Amino acid sequence: MEDPMAAIRETFFQECEEQLAELEAGLIAMENGTAEVETVNAVFRAVHSMKGGAGIFSLDALVRFAHVFETALDKVRSGDLAATPPVLAVFLRAADVLADLVRAAREGGSVDETRTAALVEEFNHINDAGANAPPVPPAPAAAPPPETTDGLFEDAPQPPVWKIVFTPRPELYAKANETALLLRELSRLGEMRVTLDAAHLPDLNVLDPEGAYLTWHIELVSDCDESAIQHVFEFVEDDCTLEITPPVAPGFAPGTVITGDNGFKFEFFPPAEDEPEAEAAPEARAPDPTTEAPVPAVKEIPVPAAPKSPAVEAMAAKAETAAAVSATIRVDLDRVDRMIDLVGELVINEAMLSQRVMEAGINRASGVAMALEELEHLTREIQDSVMAIRAQPVRSVFQRMPRLVREVAAQTGKQVRLITEGEGTEVDKTVIERIADPLTHMIRNAIDHGLESTEKRLEAGKPAEGTVKLTALHRSGRIVLEVSDDGGGINRARVKQKAIENGLIAPDAQLSEEEIDNLIFLPGFSTAAKVSDISGRGVGMDVVKQSVTALGGRISIASRPGRGSTFTLSLPLTLAVLDGMVISAHGHTLIIPLGAIVETLKPRAQDVFPLDREINVLALRGGYVPMVDVAASLGYCDQFVEPEQSVALLVEGEGGVRAVLLVDAIHGQRQVVIKSLEANYRAVPGIAAATVMGDGRVALILDVDAVVRNARSEAGRVEARADLPALEAN
Amino acid sequence: MSTTVLTVDDSRAMRDMLRHSLIAAGFRVLQAEDGVHGLEVLETETPDVIVTDINMPRMDGFGFIEAVRRDETRRAMPVLVLTTEVDVEKKNRARAAGATGWIVKPFDPVKLVDAIRRVAA
Repeated sequence: MEDPMAAIRETFFQECEEQLAELEAGLIAMENGTAEVETVNAVFRAVHSMKGGAGIFSLDALVRFAHVFETALDKVRSGDLAATPPVLAVFLRAADVLADLVRAAREGGSVDETRTAALVEEFNHINDAGANAPPVPPAPAAAPPPETTDGLFEDAPQPPVWKIVFTPRPELYAKANETALLLRELSRLGEMRVTLDAAHLPDLNVLDPEGAYLTWHIELVSDCDESAIQHVFEFVEDDCTLEITPPVAPGFAPGTVITGDNGFKFEFFPPAEDEPEAEAAPEARAPDPTTEAPVPAVKEIPVPAAPKSPAVEAMAAKAETAAAVSATIRVDLDRVDRMIDLVGELVINEAMLSQRVMEAGINRASGVAMALEELEHLTREIQDSVMAIRAQPVRSVFQRMPRLVREVAAQTGKQVRLITEGEGTEVDKTVIERIADPLTHMIRNAIDHGLESTEKRLEAGKPAEGTVKLTALHRSGRIVLEVSDDGGGINRARVKQKAIENGLIAPDAQLSEEEIDNLIFLPGFSTAAKVSDISGRGVGMDVVKQSVTALGGRISIASRPGRGSTFTLSLPLTLAVLDGMVISAHGHTLIIPLGAIVETLKPRAQDVFPLDREINVLALRGGYVPMVDVAASLGYCDQFVEPEQSVALLVEGEGGVRAVLLVDAIHGQRQVVIKSLEANYRAVPGIAAATVMGDGRVALILDVDAVVRNARSEAGRVEARADLPALEAN
Repeated sequence: MSTTVLTVDDSRAMRDMLRHSLIAAGFRVLQAEDGVHGLEVLETETPDVIVTDINMPRMDGFGFIEAVRRDETRRAMPVLVLTTEVDVEKKNRARAAGATGWIVKPFDPVKLVDAIRRVAA
């Protein structure tokens, strides 16, 4: 069984992430003026809650920082402090520091101490501005916080009243003890009221002179502890009946303050005057009839120390869930993936069945065909629902962006406002994990390169503050992410010039605006005179494009001079299925990922030029692209098909490298379930994965990157070859 | 029958922690996420002691204690406040609302259990 404390710790960190997100969202709402009263409360609660949890795990640094932060937030909440932009700026930075502290605590890293200290200093200023800030709790290692009981209960009712019932036995007197002396001794502990109970005193004629008949009821007002009282009766305790009733419970006087390690403090409130408990405390504490009432059997889950059967444990867990109503369950990811796998099989089987039934010539209007149609419909629905289990809103990634924007804005000295839309858009968990980096890069880029400097913006009559907008939405079965800025747009003249300088395009190449814009996706392209630290160390949009393509995604750009640019990223909703083009090559059915296909062509004989080592190149819009015969490259045949007789697909691999694939025929698009070839067979060069077609046959999914890379290395830099005729762009 | 404790706290980690400590001490534990939820639990359950947080969404600890005390049959039900608040004013507010005791987090499980045992009488 796993360590329960480790599990609780993990829960704590998960909650911290949620609270950090809520904190940031709340602070941003406050900054935008869209905050409601509840927003401020939620922000306060987030920090407060983190502080509380951090205390359990002795995360001192986190506790201390959360405390100063919380103090300031509390002032805002109570109206003692106005949430002005400068104050909110401090809060936002504090949220970042808090996030760092949480991460450091979770992963055991360290944080920027000077930054933390600087913020604490700023908080002290803010907090001092308001009235009497509560003191920062000292580190738990230090002495527990000074007792604050003094002055807390100015209105505190009388000190605790001890009740002592003292009944001497004859032996007590026989040993020459004197009750009066004992009572006098007791009176030194505090004020007392003594009542003598002489009810047992017999008539004089039957009184035993050496007998003991008296009982004293003593009410002692003292905040002494029980041992002090016992000490008084130390020598007579065996010779009397002594009942000591503490003020409320044994050794536990109202107003008692118990402190422990780690800053623990328990304070027992004295009963208020108007409370029923105000009478004789112990009696009032006697079980209320209602507390004794039998608890409904449904939830009667005893918590015995005795060994529990798994069934009891399970029931207890169930009852717990019922009590702590929860809308979510945690499921092991492997189970979900197994289900997705099975559904994939189901989809394939269903397609096979349909195909067989159709082949058998069964009437489409027959009951069988109709039932099959229903099955198909249900299968799709199951597939969608199962995929939805893995789907998560992009919020988790979007929430990291405000911080990034603040940091990049600070580094570039630009004023930036980030607008996010569609945080709730859902996409597969794996996709979410993998879009964070490209998005980060695109946003950095938008601020660093897209937005102009403040002076330039003002010159251009734009607001000093630049806007970067991040949007997510679903469009035709894909997720579309847009990063747009209201900067200067792409400087096409400069981009083109740079591309020519770098030998990426011919000096006289005629490119459309769109083609020029797309040059920035070429490897190593950078228009910034020197690569700044911000937009990545020497990596450009080509890296973004690469990672997007690897996910089966596409990226495009739209730019308007002086108005800004929009980068649009379109990704599949899941990595378990793929949109593919079904083709055939030498009798084999293959799938080419749709995302890699730029266009389909019908090559003309006069555009094909043979190159040495049996590689042909195709003249295409002012450049040469190597041609790859798919069947030959995979070893299906060694005879090349005539390019003019085949269908050509212009594909683009990693880094925008292009090639023309020659195939026999295109059969159409379809969504296929990806099956790992390595897991089921072994890695095959040129093949990315496999899938099962409707007819039950396995079709291989082409690894476009590998094929293109291979062709390129064989053909060399075709653009630079002198033995090819110079081309006129068409 | 073992002592039943209702814990009211919006933090899952805190609830887990309480549950862990209290069950280890032999208590039966009921959990609620906030004041509103706590009152719902009280409709069908009669715990011996309530341990509640102060800062919670929907209904905070003050509101919860007041609501508990409004019910005649729950006048004597001990309610301990478990909070990180160190503010005197809040402590007094809790007291005025009818809290039995005030425990400052981070709690010491042994002492917390002890405190619960004592007020549960």
